[in-house]
Amino acid sequence: MAIVTTSKKSCAVNPLKMSQPVGAALAFLGLDKCMPLMHGSQGCTAFGLVLFVRHFRETIPLQTTAMNEVTTILGGMDNLEQAIVNIYNRAGPDVIGICSTGLTETKGDDVDGFLRLIRQKHPELKDTALLYVSTPDYQGAFQDGWSQAVTALVETLCEPAPRTVWQVNVLPGSHLTVADIEEVREIIESFGLYPIIAPDLSGSLDGHIPETFLPTTLGGAKVAQIKQMGGSAVTIALGEQMRPAAEALEARTGVPYRLFDRLTGLQANDGFLAFLSELSATPVASKYRRQRSQLVDAMLDGHFFFGGKKVALGAEPDLLWQTGVWLAEMGCEIAAAVTTTHSPLLEKLPCAEVVIGDLEDFEDRASGCDLMITHSHGRQAAQRLGIPFVKMGLPLFDCLGAAHRLSVGYRGTRDLIFEVGNLFIANLPEHHVDSWPLPHKGDSDFLCAEAHERSYASRGTSCNRDAG
Amino acid sequence: MSALTSKVEMVFNEPACPTNQGKPEKERKKGCGKPLTPGAAAGGCAFDGAKIALQPIVDVAHLVHGPIACEGNSWDNRHAASSGPMLYRTGFTTDIGELDVIYGGEKRLFRAIREIIEKHDPPAVFVYQTCVTALIGDDVEAVCKRAAEKFGKPVIPINAPGFAGSKNLGNKLAGEALLDYVIGTEEPAVTTHYDINIYGEYNLAGELWQVQPLFDALGIRVLANISGDARYREVACAHRAKAGMMVCSKALINLARKMEERYGIPWFEGSFYGISDTSESLRSIARLLVRQGAQDDLLARTEALIEREEARAWARMKPYSERLRGKRVLLLTGGVKSWSVVSALREVGMLITGTSTKKSTAEDKARIKEIMGGDAHMFDDLPPREMYRMLKESSADIMLSGGRSQFVALKAKTPWLDINQERHHAYAGYEGMVELVKQIDRAIFNPIWAQVRCPAPWEEDL
Repeated sequence: MAIVTTSKKSCAVNPLKMSQPVGAALAFLGLDKCMPLMHGSQGCTAFGLVLFVRHFRETIPLQTTAMNEVTTILGGMDNLEQAIVNIYNRAGPDVIGICSTGLTETKGDDVDGFLRLIRQKHPELKDTALLYVSTPDYQGAFQDGWSQAVTALVETLCEPAPRTVWQVNVLPGSHLTVADIEEVREIIESFGLYPIIAPDLSGSLDGHIPETFLPTTLGGAKVAQIKQMGGSAVTIALGEQMRPAAEALEARTGVPYRLFDRLTGLQANDGFLAFLSELSATPVASKYRRQRSQLVDAMLDGHFFFGGKKVALGAEPDLLWQTGVWLAEMGCEIAAAVTTTHSPLLEKLPCAEVVIGDLEDFEDRASGCDLMITHSHGRQAAQRLGIPFVKMGLPLFDCLGAAHRLSVGYRGTRDLIFEVGNLFIANLPEHHVDSWPLPHKGDSDFLCAEAHERSYASRGTSCNRDAG
Repeated sequence: MSALTSKVEMVFNEPACPTNQGKPEKERKKGCGKPLTPGAAAGGCAFDGAKIALQPIVDVAHLVHGPIACEGNSWDNRHAASSGPMLYRTGFTTDIGELDVIYGGEKRLFRAIREIIEKHDPPAVFVYQTCVTALIGDDVEAVCKRAAEKFGKPVIPINAPGFAGSKNLGNKLAGEALLDYVIGTEEPAVTTHYDINIYGEYNLAGELWQVQPLFDALGIRVLANISGDARYREVACAHRAKAGMMVCSKALINLARKMEERYGIPWFEGSFYGISDTSESLRSIARLLVRQGAQDDLLARTEALIEREEARAWARMKPYSERLRGKRVLLLTGGVKSWSVVSALREVGMLITGTSTKKSTAEDKARIKEIMGGDAHMFDDLPPREMYRMLKESSADIMLSGGRSQFVALKAKTPWLDINQERHHAYAGYEGMVELVKQIDRAIFNPIWAQVRCPAPWEEDL
């Protein structure tokens, strides 16, 4: 159980955090024929664009209302209207996903009001969904932006509908990759259920070769599908960040939800598959029974190398939780945990302290660890500290296949054990003739030594927590 | 009129820019940035431009005063290389929160500067203003002044908030900040008649180091390269150079001009992209230095070096030019940079099938026509859909462009090479041209193309 602290510095050094609007924009990128639109200066969009292009290695549709000093002060109504009309004329999207920025929030633009006026003035937009989410840069973090965008999506598009018992909604958090979403879809479908996944990055940013080139997203959750979510048997929310969206969906449509705060690890997946089995009244497919058995074997083979290892983790709350609990379940010690924003999960993390801070806080605490896990911006710290580095999260700009890194399901957990375990193996300490000196005469080392071993021994038991 | 507004007007009214001076007086003040169309705009903001121009000063702490977006979403994302200090790659930001927006962020900024100086003791701190902190009225200049007095070291305000305008404007505002606060504040230990400044070379992928050996061979010292691999002190001493060269289009033209006005440093516009442009630039530097008092044997030594290095470069490119002869290139890059590349590619026997002229002036277009003859298409605006269709119809063997259109080419299964800011390869000088030709060869002759273009056995032939 962790004490949650917030970095007291005035200067953030080597940010771990990214801003809310880019998180919201990524959520909108998981919708089919969508154009995300940032209401701010052109730079807000340009930075987001470069960020996603480098991570996904894909063309990213992302537009801007191109606010300048004068339009900001006069209010952004005209720019927003022009942007929407231009996007409608040039790209003809099904959805325009609008997120505000620090600039327009500081000014206090009433975007909801603007949108009502724009709808009145432009009846031609009647078939274009306009989603709006308020995401000031100076509040929250990437994950919060995603979470709020999905809530806005649900609140704008979902209506009550007649129940279809085999249809389930899936609301994935921003910590899940394209590969993770594909895995979740396959698992759900194996029970004869039909999942509606929104947002669905596996449709739009999976790196497929399109037939033609459109200025909008190609693939992802369709507006028509999202409108049917009100008729599902249940909503599966993946990640604590999706609770508000799942609650909003339940409030609007009466579809109950079940939240899975993580899908990495044996017990977490047992819970997930047992739930699906019960829901569908279908036994778990032999494929997954086999995969479970492979995971158990991987845990048995791998635990030698994980036990007692000190790991430094820097990630957004839901990824921190998913990865941190799994590492603890494998016998690792979370020696440093740094995150970007608040979450009710933080204090439950099996470690002493969780810092809401930056990669400087991370680097200060990671020294002496056996492994560090964070996104690509950890590369300088890894080099300085000289410890093995597993890249996880977003952005991953200096490696291939960021979207296809799988870490959920039995299979994903199994492969993660291999990846991390292999790094531990590659860095096993070598022993020397003077590795085990006797204590000097007169040292009061006996008591210290006992205390040291005692604290070490207690670690192993603290991790046997409920899988949630 | 605010200080920023007057600065922007001044920067836009650029006497050294013939395009600008060709306009009627009223339009001149509006500058070169085309007005942006909401919903159909692309490109970075003024803050981005200022950061691009200054962050390559490697021993300075670059502190961004604003919400997390401005630094958090973008830090450490370029390949401006350093031969020593690494502080420039550390991301510093005040990461202001809602309370700062309400009560003002000046105190946080001051404390942030103190934290940086206490931890890193850099020769200077550069403080970048952003939209939100500008809008709430944080006086970055005043905070920097106070901090400089208090801590006894340069704290330089870079007043180029994103909403002031485009990336290009940001470059120029960065140049103004150097002129106002940095250049001329220190003196070099020694000066020679062979000291030059380079303006607008950012040492991306280490390109400066491809031309540095040429200067060394001629006994020319780069007193200040602004700003790739530069140290703060070098920039502060830049006023003692004897000649200046402006590269990278017109990004720092105001800096080059004012260095001449204030300190009498003559300059010229040149490029290190392409064989002939590199040679021409070396000649121009030598001529200027001799005019400024260097021994006139420099001219002959320069010619000898050019002859030797050109011959060496052509010899090294020969094996590739045999393979590349007749290959068709679609070259999509802005304005000036492309000419020198065009002439070099033509010299190895490649055909330019088309080029973009979006950022080019009428003068540029005439020059492109002259270099390429009548056989090239000029595109003012090539939307991705159209580009994709062209490439699908295999109207080019390779496309050279910036990262923005990378995936259009790749999805059309067309070889592609990055010739923009984010590239990993260095293409400057003679060395760089050989590298470019080598990379083009590698891209075109990679064995994947035959495989990926072949449809799956169960798919009908299209």
